[in-house]
Amino acid sequence: MSTVTQADPAKAAGSASPLSQRRPLGDRGFQILALASGLLVLVILVLIAVTTTQQSTSWFTTAGFKGIFSTNWNPPNQFGALPFVYGTVITSVIAIVIAVPVSVSIALLLTEVVPRRWAQPIVYVIDLLAVVPSVVWGLWGILVFVPWVQRIYSSIGSGVNGIPVLGSLFGPPTSGASFFTAGIILAIMITPIVTSLSREVIATVPTIDREGAYALGATRWEMIRGAVWPHSQNGVVGAVLLGLGRAMGETIAAALVIGSSATVTSRLFSTGYSMPAVIANQFGEASGEFRAALIGLGVLLFVITIVINLAARGIVERSTRRMRGAAVSGELPAAVVVGGGPN
Amino acid sequence: MAVATEQPAVDLREPAGWRRTKNRVATFVMWLAFVVTLVPLGFVAYTVISKGASAITWSFLTKGPIPPNVLPVTIGGMGPAVIGTLEITGFAALMAVPLGVLGAVYINEYGGNRALARVIGFMADVMTGVPSIVMGLFIFSIWVLHFGYSGLAGAFALGCLMLPVVIRSSYEMLRLVPDNLREASYALGATKARVTLTVVLPAAVGGIVSGALLAIARAAGETAPLLFTILTVESTNTNLFSGANTALSTQIFANASQPFLGAQARAWGSALTLIAIAFIVMIVARVVTALFTRYSR
Amino acid sequence: MEQPDQKLKPQLPEPTATATEQAEPAPGTPIFDVKNVSIYYGSFRAVTDVSLTIYENEITAFIGSSGSGKTTVLRAFNRMNDLVPGARVEGEMSYRGASLYGSGVSPIAVRRRIGMVFQKPNPFPKSIYDNVAYGPRINGERSKRKLDEIVERSLRRAALWDEVKNRLRSSGLALSGGQAQRLCIARTIAVEPDVVLMDEPASALDPIATSAVEDLMRELKQRYTIIIVTHNMQQATRVSDRTAFFSVLTDSKSDTRTGVLVEYGPTRQIFEDPRDPRTQAYVTGRIG
Repeated sequence: MSTVTQADPAKAAGSASPLSQRRPLGDRGFQILALASGLLVLVILVLIAVTTTQQSTSWFTTAGFKGIFSTNWNPPNQFGALPFVYGTVITSVIAIVIAVPVSVSIALLLTEVVPRRWAQPIVYVIDLLAVVPSVVWGLWGILVFVPWVQRIYSSIGSGVNGIPVLGSLFGPPTSGASFFTAGIILAIMITPIVTSLSREVIATVPTIDREGAYALGATRWEMIRGAVWPHSQNGVVGAVLLGLGRAMGETIAAALVIGSSATVTSRLFSTGYSMPAVIANQFGEASGEFRAALIGLGVLLFVITIVINLAARGIVERSTRRMRGAAVSGELPAAVVVGGGPN
Repeated sequence: MAVATEQPAVDLREPAGWRRTKNRVATFVMWLAFVVTLVPLGFVAYTVISKGASAITWSFLTKGPIPPNVLPVTIGGMGPAVIGTLEITGFAALMAVPLGVLGAVYINEYGGNRALARVIGFMADVMTGVPSIVMGLFIFSIWVLHFGYSGLAGAFALGCLMLPVVIRSSYEMLRLVPDNLREASYALGATKARVTLTVVLPAAVGGIVSGALLAIARAAGETAPLLFTILTVESTNTNLFSGANTALSTQIFANASQPFLGAQARAWGSALTLIAIAFIVMIVARVVTALFTRYSR
Repeated sequence: MEQPDQKLKPQLPEPTATATEQAEPAPGTPIFDVKNVSIYYGSFRAVTDVSLTIYENEITAFIGSSGSGKTTVLRAFNRMNDLVPGARVEGEMSYRGASLYGSGVSPIAVRRRIGMVFQKPNPFPKSIYDNVAYGPRINGERSKRKLDEIVERSLRRAALWDEVKNRLRSSGLALSGGQAQRLCIARTIAVEPDVVLMDEPASALDPIATSAVEDLMRELKQRYTIIIVTHNMQQATRVSDRTAFFSVLTDSKSDTRTGVLVEYGPTRQIFEDPRDPRTQAYVTGRIG
C-alpha cells in the first residue's frame, strides 16, 4: 500500500493554543474505534497462529521432524505429512506453469494492445473466473472434466510408457482425478489474480519508456521486450508468487479432483493428495491425535502461505512504488497516452 | 495494401518480414491466451446452467429438509441450505463490513505516515492470502471447541475472510476523496470524527458499498471455512447462534462425489443457485457503482 | 462531433513567411515538406494549417508558448502521435519526397529513420551497452564485434564514451541526468537515423549538462538533420539555423484554442527582424 500523506489539522491546531479545549469524547471514541478495527487484523493473524498451534502441539512434539516429514500416513497411528506437502507443491507448480504465461499474455494484451474502452469488458470476463466458487469448479471438475480428461491421460500415458523421462512423468497408472487435473483447475482459479496484479505492475511502466523504444523503430513486441519487460519483471515475479500462495491454499476444488491418495510419485497423471484437501476430506472423522495432525497441517500451510504472501506483497509494492512518480511530461495530456501501438 | 510507388529515395514500408512476423505472432498469442481462458469459463457456465436449471424448481429452493442422497431431486429441497447461506453470509457481512470500513478509516484518515498504519495496511493485504481452510481451522480451535458448531461460527470464519478485502477496497476509495473536501469541513470547525462521518465516508460511499458487496459475493461461495464450523445438517436452523447449520456450498461439496443421480442433480441445482446469489449481489454492486460514479474510478 | 474547422478557418492569418527565400543560411536539400497540416486529438484540433520546409543538415528550432502545438508537430514527423488514441493528421507531410502518412508506410520504418530524443532522459532499465545496442539488435545485428563497434562509435559521437567506457555493463539508470540524456542520444544515433527529433532535450538538465548537449547538437548536425523543440530562446539562437515560432490562437466565439505556425525563417531573422508582431512580442520577452 502506498504511503498516505495527509495533514492532520486536528493535531496541528495544537492543544497549547489559547483557543484549545479538550477534544470531544465522541471524537476520541471514534478514533479509538477505528484504531481497534485496524488492530483487529493483527490480532486475528496472531490468534490464528496461536490457537491452531496450540491445538496441534501434540502432533508436532510426538511425531517430531522425522515423523512429520515421513511418507507414512496411517491414521490413527502414523501421521507423516510428506505426501500432502509434496502434492501441494506439485499441483501449485503445475498451476503456475500453466497460469503464468496465460495471465501475463492477457495482462500485456490489456495494457499494450487493446484500446482502453475494450480493456474493461475483457477484465470483467476474466474476473468472472473468480466469481465461480471453488466448490463449483470442483463439482464441474469431478463430474465433467475428470471423465473427459481421463481418456486423454490414458492415451498419453500408454504413448510415453517406457520412454525415460516422459514415461516417469506422464506414464501409467493414469487417473482422471490426479495431480495434473488439480493443477489445471488451480490454474484456472488463479488466472484472474495473476492477471490483475501483472496488469497493475505493467501499467506503471512510464509511457516515456515505451515511446523511447518506439522512437527507435521498434515493433510493439520489440517495445515490450525492451521497455516494458525489464521494468515489470520483478513485479510480475511478485504476482506469480501471490498466485502460488493462492494455489497452495486452495482447498475444495483440489479436494474433489486430486484423487485422494497419500502417495509420493513423479507421475503427474496419477492420484495424489494436498494439504488443504486432506484437511477438508478427513477432518470430519478425526479426533485426538488425528485431529491434531490435521490442524498441524493447517499450521504448516498457514506458515508457508504467509511467508509467500509477505515476500510477494513486498515485491509487488516495491516495484509499483518505484515506478510511480516517473510520470509523463511534455505537452500531451497524460491521460490520453498509452495503449494501441502501431498496426 | 497499396504500396506508395512515387518514392524513389526512401522505402518506408514495413521492416523485414521476420520482425513483422514476430510481432504478429506475439499479438496472436496474447489474444489466444484470452480465448483459452474463455474455454473453461464457457464450459462451466454451460454445464452449471443446463444441469442446474433442470433441477431448480420453487420447492427445490424453499422446501426442506434435504433428503438422503440416494433419493431423486424431485423429493424435498435445498431450502435449509439457501436459508443457511443467506443468514451466515449476511451476519458475516454485518460484522466484517463496518469493522473493515473502520479499519480503512484508521489507515487512511488517522494513520498518516505512521508505521502502524502501514503495517496494518500491509498485513491486511497479507491476510487476504490466508487460505480459507486455515480460517476454518482457526474458528474451530478458538470457538467451536468451546461453544460448539453454529451458524455464528461459520459467520465468524467468513467474516475473517471478508475483513481484509473490505479494508483494502474501502481504503482505495477513501484515498480518492480529495483533501479539499476534508479541509472545507475542518474550516467550519468540525472534529475529525465528524469530518470523516459526514464528509469523507459519504463521498466514498458508492465505492465502499460496491467493494463490500463484491466481498460478500465471494464469501457466499466459500466452502472450506464452513466445513468445521457449521457441520452441514439437513434441516433448517433459523437460530444462527446455536446448533449446527447448513449452507449451499457445503451441500455441493457433500453431494459432488456421490454416485447417485439425485445427489448430483441437487449439487448442480445448488451450484446454479449459489452462482445466481453471487451474481445478484454483483449486479447490485455494479448498480451502486454506477449510481455513485462521482468519486469511484 | 462538430468540427471547429469552419469556424476557425476564415480567421487564420497566413503564416508570414512560409517558405522564406532569405539568403542565410543557403537552403540545402529539403528533407521534410509540410503542407497545410492540422493535427487532432479526438475532436480537439491541437494544430491548424501548418506549412513549412525543413532542410538537410540543419538544426531547426520550434519555439513558442505551451499549447502552441510545437511538440505535437514534432511528434508528427516520426508518427509518434500514432500511439495516442484518437490522434489524426490532416494535410500532407512528406519526407524526401515520400508521404509519411501514405498507405503502405509503416510507422516502424519511419521511426527507424527519424529518431527521437525526449524531454526527460528515458534510458531503458538495462546496461549502458544494451541501451545503445537495443536499436541495432532489433534491426537484426547479431555480431558481437559489430555491436561493440556501433556502441563505441555512438557513445563517442554522443560525447559520452570517455565517461562510461569502463562501466558499459552498469545500469543506464545509474547515470546523471546529463549523461543519461547523452546516452539516449547515443541510443538514437546507433541506428544511423537520417533525422533526430529532440523534444526539449535539455529542459531537465543543469546548465553544464545543457551546454554539453548543445555542443553535441552542433557536432551531430554534420551527419544528421535535427529538429528541436525548446522553451529556451537563448538555446534556439545558440544552436539553430532556422526557427519556427508557434503560437496559440484562441477563437473567442467558439472558445476553442489551437496552435498555429506564426513565422518561420532563418534564426537570426526571426530574432533580430521578426516580421510578425506576435513573434516580436515573444522574442523580446513581452509574452512568455
